[in-house]
Amino acid sequence: MNPTLSLGGIDYAILIIYFVFVVGIGWVLKTHMKGSSDFFMSGRSIPAWITGLAFLSANLGAQEVIGMAASGAQYGIATSHFYWIGAIPAMVFLGIFMMPFYYGSKAHSVPEYLRLRYDEKTRAFNAGTFAVMTIFSSGISLYALAKLLESLLHWNFNASIAVSAVVVLVYITLGGLTSAIYNEVLQFFMIVFGFAPLAWIGLRDAGGWEGLKARLATAATANHFAPGTYTQSWQHMGSASSNPMGVEWFGLAMGLGFVLSFGYWCTDFLVVQRAMAANSMSAARRTPLIAAFPKMLFPFLVILPGMVALGLMQDKHGGFALPTDAHGTPDYNMVIPVMLGHYLPSGLLGLGFTALAAAFMSGMAGNVTAFNTVWTYDLYQSYIAPGKSDKHYLMMGRLATIVGVLVSVGAAYLASKFNNIMNLLQLVFAFVNAPLFATFLLGMFWRRATGHGAFWGLLSGTAIAAIHHGVTLPIGNEPGVKGGWLGTVLHTYPSEMAQNFWTAIFAWTGCFLITIAISLATKKNRTDAELKGLVYSLTPKAVPLHEPWYERPVVLGVVVLGATLALNLIFA
Amino acid sequence: MNFDLRLPLGLIFTLFGLMLTGYGMVSDRAIYARSLGLNLNLGWGAVVLAFGLWMGTLALLARRKRHTKPR
Repeated sequence: MNPTLSLGGIDYAILIIYFVFVVGIGWVLKTHMKGSSDFFMSGRSIPAWITGLAFLSANLGAQEVIGMAASGAQYGIATSHFYWIGAIPAMVFLGIFMMPFYYGSKAHSVPEYLRLRYDEKTRAFNAGTFAVMTIFSSGISLYALAKLLESLLHWNFNASIAVSAVVVLVYITLGGLTSAIYNEVLQFFMIVFGFAPLAWIGLRDAGGWEGLKARLATAATANHFAPGTYTQSWQHMGSASSNPMGVEWFGLAMGLGFVLSFGYWCTDFLVVQRAMAANSMSAARRTPLIAAFPKMLFPFLVILPGMVALGLMQDKHGGFALPTDAHGTPDYNMVIPVMLGHYLPSGLLGLGFTALAAAFMSGMAGNVTAFNTVWTYDLYQSYIAPGKSDKHYLMMGRLATIVGVLVSVGAAYLASKFNNIMNLLQLVFAFVNAPLFATFLLGMFWRRATGHGAFWGLLSGTAIAAIHHGVTLPIGNEPGVKGGWLGTVLHTYPSEMAQNFWTAIFAWTGCFLITIAISLATKKNRTDAELKGLVYSLTPKAVPLHEPWYERPVVLGVVVLGATLALNLIFA
Repeated sequence: MNFDLRLPLGLIFTLFGLMLTGYGMVSDRAIYARSLGLNLNLGWGAVVLAFGLWMGTLALLARRKRHTKPR
């Protein structure tokens, strides 16, 4: 059984006006695209508040909106760890410590930084895996959006894919990265305006925070947990068996807080590209810090509706239910769509639904812009056709956008046919990404790290992740895509999440140690002069600019961390 | 770049704000049963409208400043 949303005339009007604006922004920006630097890097001319909101929004795709609400309904407020111990500290670290090297190195992309710092093979490895990863992520967003349109509005699946792909294609081909960034800012406000009334009215219906706490206490005791498990984020993290995530505080802090979050926010070109488009070093450093302020409050927008849904589901006669599968398990991914239909009247429903569609589309657009840059600069210009004119590369960027969208469409159909292949691919990407942060950390803060060390460290980190996954299994699963495929199961984790966190910890540690060992055994391949601007100890400290105190990265970082600490304590 | 994002932001949210508040005034009260009897279109529409007008004003002020600046 699937819920249906019935959109009225005004709802469709809002949806259509939004997409006219999206394409219109691409159209207006077309006249500004003079060369490849405008197209791929926005000519490094965008103010910090815009890159900051785009930085946040690029990650605000399907996974964030649908997934965080789903986790809110499954795990309760513990989901906030993805923000308050995961994303925020990593974003502050990126802004204060890492951005000077990304922006200052004048690299066009994250893989190019790896080439400048280490060597060609490390860059090729990162560029190749990243390009494949972005295309498949974009395809998965497209698939999820089409599936949503099909199930909620009964649109034709093929038509939904075609319409969404064409909108993304048009605005990126016309306006490049700038168009993607501007639309991400527009989408940020859509999400806030579309979901804030939903979170507010849901909480009101559940009887406010106190009422929700009481409802969730019932849910917790029914599942054999302590009453506060769903509303207290830290108190039940002492052991893996006392919370529904199945994770204890060390695995959480180390796996999620350190390896996964820092790995994603500090090295994924999809988000870093937004900061690199900023109009000055100071703006680039402020980008993730500005993003951190709204990010800190996003749990109230995306996790709270999930918690409300869980609370309302306890009342069997309250008229609120999620669709269930054949075994009676609720489909948590339907939290947001069901709540939209349950609470929002025609009018606001259009705003909320458009926000949801926008999130999927920008998830796709972000991947496509990152793909066309890495493809054109790091693969095409470096290995296939070096030394061509700037106009040629601009043309290639547009062509790469078209090809990228077409392959995404293919990936979307692949996802609809072979769901397992997609799961497998996402798993492989996790193996590649987890150790990457060790490579960057050593690269930026240890000048002795060598190209061979980085490359082999990265490769063995990936292998260690795969092996760890191959010999462990989350409880209640058969060996296969979920793990244990190497024949023997050495350890069983209480949940899939715990297994993920520990896979990341092993991969990071492996990459870190092996990079150090091989670096010490091999000769330095970059002179100190070459490493200037790429490594912390060899880069002259930035002269303090005469920026007002509220624009200083360190001040912003301290304020953000202080506020995040306060949130952790309030909801501990 | 000679393109102020606040202008399209101001335009679209002013438009959405007007649509929502307008619809809130003419719509049948029965549709608000699901939103706990609250006319969310009118109330939230006003917030969206205020944001749109604020963005638009900022954009226009910045444009005027740019035009009066001696070259």
